[in-house]
Amino acid sequence: MKGLLGVIVAVAFTFLGLLAITFFIGRVVPIDPVLAVVGDRAPRAVYEAVRIEMGLDKPLIVQFFHYVGNVLTGDLGMSVSTGRPVAEDLARVFPATLEMATIGIIIGVLMGVPMGVYAASRQGSLLDQVIRVVGLLGYSVPAFWLGLVGLALFYAKLQWVGGPGRIDIFYDGLVEPVTGLLLIDSLIAGDTEIFVNALTHIALPAAVLGFFSLAYIARMTRSFMLDQLAQEYVTTARVKGVSERLVLWRHAFRPILVPLITVIGLSYAGLLEGSVMIETVFSWPGIGNYLTTALLNADMNAVLGATLVIGAVFIGINKISDVLYRVLDPRAR
Amino acid sequence: MATGRDWLLDDSPSSRLQARLGRSYRLSRALARNPLAMVGAVIVLTLILVALFAPWIATHSPVGQDLAMRLKPPSWDNWMGTDELGRDIWSRVVYGARITLMIVALVAVLAAPVGLIIGAVAGYFGGWVDRILMGITDIFLSMPKLILALAFVAALGPGIQNAIIAIAIATWPGYARIARAETLTIRNSEFVAAVELQGASSFRVIVNHILPLCTSSMIIRVTLDMAGIILTAAGLGFIGLGAQPPLPEWGAMISRGRSFILDQWWVATMPGFAIVIVSLGFCFLGDGLRDVLDPKHGDRQ
Repeated sequence: MKGLLGVIVAVAFTFLGLLAITFFIGRVVPIDPVLAVVGDRAPRAVYEAVRIEMGLDKPLIVQFFHYVGNVLTGDLGMSVSTGRPVAEDLARVFPATLEMATIGIIIGVLMGVPMGVYAASRQGSLLDQVIRVVGLLGYSVPAFWLGLVGLALFYAKLQWVGGPGRIDIFYDGLVEPVTGLLLIDSLIAGDTEIFVNALTHIALPAAVLGFFSLAYIARMTRSFMLDQLAQEYVTTARVKGVSERLVLWRHAFRPILVPLITVIGLSYAGLLEGSVMIETVFSWPGIGNYLTTALLNADMNAVLGATLVIGAVFIGINKISDVLYRVLDPRAR
Repeated sequence: MATGRDWLLDDSPSSRLQARLGRSYRLSRALARNPLAMVGAVIVLTLILVALFAPWIATHSPVGQDLAMRLKPPSWDNWMGTDELGRDIWSRVVYGARITLMIVALVAVLAAPVGLIIGAVAGYFGGWVDRILMGITDIFLSMPKLILALAFVAALGPGIQNAIIAIAIATWPGYARIARAETLTIRNSEFVAAVELQGASSFRVIVNHILPLCTSSMIIRVTLDMAGIILTAAGLGFIGLGAQPPLPEWGAMISRGRSFILDQWWVATMPGFAIVIVSLGFCFLGDGLRDVLDPKHGDRQ
């Protein structure tokens, strides 16, 4: 129980820190936060009214606690560009991102883990070198560029996948949103045509995200496996005559499952970051698109709200994989 | 030459200079045996040379418009084709090397020393200094870098200077963590105790005795981070918050080419190749440096 309490306190402090950063960015960094809201041609009286309404005449620490209180009650302010509460906007756009990132991480795990295990089992071979370079490409290819090249190749040239957006325009709005995840909603409605259409649209952006997570997962899996394969118990198993396949998957792979969970968690959280860049390219109506639109319109409430949500999910996933690690690994208890 | 080599590899160097030269000689030999690291070194060197000699390497002006020549595919005259204003993409990519190099250099110069000093101070003094400094560091580390940089640029306003500042703000915490970890292992060693007993001030111990020992892990980390910095800068340029037109920044160039991606693919594709090659070069070099400088990772390759 004491451990659980410690985790909760640590998470609470991290979230408070996150709020401090967004508060700092919103209130301290801009030279005049009022001008950011009213524009520079507002009359003096409006300026003063907004200044008092924003609580800017109060000391910073009071403003900060006021801000924390607002966020905790779900009030992220109004978006200047959509004219709706930011919290409402974010709840609407978040499922689209979640859907894309989830399919991305599934691709990443299903391909990345076997690639990493295979590369480690044949260290130094040509295939190992190729997988190593793929791993490094994950750090050096701009996600938005890969998305554009993918669109030019697989949509315009080969016509294998659907174009930008979540679904073809004539299917838009036909499915009753239950979960907000289009693939699941269309299945609930029993409409396979829409399901297939949505699948062709999500395939490319999810594959691009999947590439980045598979690069990272393959790289880490390979490194974990190499550590295990150098252990003496692996030699013992080999000497006993255990087949190479069993040595790899039963003896060496089992112990790395626990650290792999952390890696997968980190990668999943990282896809949120990647989706910010990808969504603009694919006109994907998710949180990344919302954030970039808000950035270009200097819509600070929306920017900070989206930053806060992405940061909170990022921290949340990290903490969950941390806790899982401690629960699953007896040595870390 | 054999004598020169023997002098460099001497096991008991007679001067500090000889020891240092010998060490760098051994490191460069070890690095040369790693093919990927050499590829990386060549790419990074090429980037620097291209940036230095851009006016001689570019075939056209990077900003000169020629509307009669707009959106032409790659050809003998325009190696990478032309963009929507008839500008030669090859020449713009070449001049873009200057901007990329400037961004990574400035971010490294801003973020690395800040992280180094904060980490070393936290590790050396420990106690509440450590707790406060590392608390702040951890909060920054818990945020995705790109999102953090985006939010800071949003508050500071678009532009290349602000983009550099924002990326530096998002980058320093990683360095602080490393410097602290290194400092913790160094601060209890006997030579630090010896200097302290001689009456050296904390400032002197940190600057003269701890920071120099942190540099090698710092160099590795900065080199490995370069790719991420380039990608973040390109991403900011792509969204329209980084370098502003008509600057030939690679991310901004991709952004301009977005509208033509389906028919004139080269406008957006070519600058992307430059980003991939340069980032990959830094990754290769960083990986190689880590294998050479950090024996702990030697067997992982």
